[in-house]
Amino acid sequence: MSEPVSAPVSAPVSALGGASFQGFATIREIGPLGMITLRAKGVKALGKAVKAVTGTKLPAPRRIEVNGDRACGWMSPDEYLLIVPYAEVSAALASLAKSLAGEHHLAADVSDARAIFRVEGDKAADVLRKLSPVDFATLEPGELRRTRAAQVAAAMWAEGGGFTLVCFRSVAAYVMGLLTHSAQPGSEL
Amino acid sequence: MLILTCPCCGVMADETELSPGYEAHLKRFGPGSTPEEFEAYMFARKNPKGVHFERWRHTYGCGKWFLAARCTATLEVFGTYPAQVSEPPADIIARIQARRPDWKADWQPDGKAPK
Repeated sequence: MSEPVSAPVSAPVSALGGASFQGFATIREIGPLGMITLRAKGVKALGKAVKAVTGTKLPAPRRIEVNGDRACGWMSPDEYLLIVPYAEVSAALASLAKSLAGEHHLAADVSDARAIFRVEGDKAADVLRKLSPVDFATLEPGELRRTRAAQVAAAMWAEGGGFTLVCFRSVAAYVMGLLTHSAQPGSEL
Repeated sequence: MLILTCPCCGVMADETELSPGYEAHLKRFGPGSTPEEFEAYMFARKNPKGVHFERWRHTYGCGKWFLAARCTATLEVFGTYPAQVSEPPADIIARIQARRPDWKADWQPDGKAPK
């Protein structure tokens, strides 16, 4: 027998390999980002545990606290989305497990289950306005809105002169198609 | 188009963001109940023209269940409230009575609103 063949450690790949489109707004598939779903409610150590991972405070309902390339978003009364650099997910999970030891919680690495898009430009909101039942005129900065993009679930928030949109990886191509079609030049609202 | 405010996250959610859960405040009849009670629990549903209490789920948003009081004829929404109650809260009842003076709550034989 020859030497055991070890599989090469493959680099993380984002859902669409960084696809982009230039219409009346710019659509970019970004990532991969490290994402952790944290479910917990009424846990005392929660604020500290999140701060240790993202450096942000625990967000108020429907808000997202951003700290550079880290963020913590409020997803539901018992669910938070933690965003960290992809390579730091295991360390973040270890940190959460340590700070929340003995408390009723669940922290799961969902980095590879998600796709993430940036919609940028002066009329970025118009791209999303056609896809979601959201009043973007009243969407505040730092507000995380969970809704649908056409037929699939999505979460979006305004950030840095555009919007960040998170969806399931399995529907990444569908969402890219939606955003591309919605951003066709000449179809501005 | 129905717009309900989700009491769990505060979003004014369009009907397309929600999933219907049909009649609210059903009392469960399980083991030990009579066949008639179980049949009524299982199959008999109100279908009023007017005030109705319903379960809804904010499927595309926070994912939580909540309850809504609305009029099936005009689609007027009297209010939404958390699902962890066995009957509508007093403020919802008051709002319904203000808008529909003839309406009687049907979960007490004398028609009095719950205390």
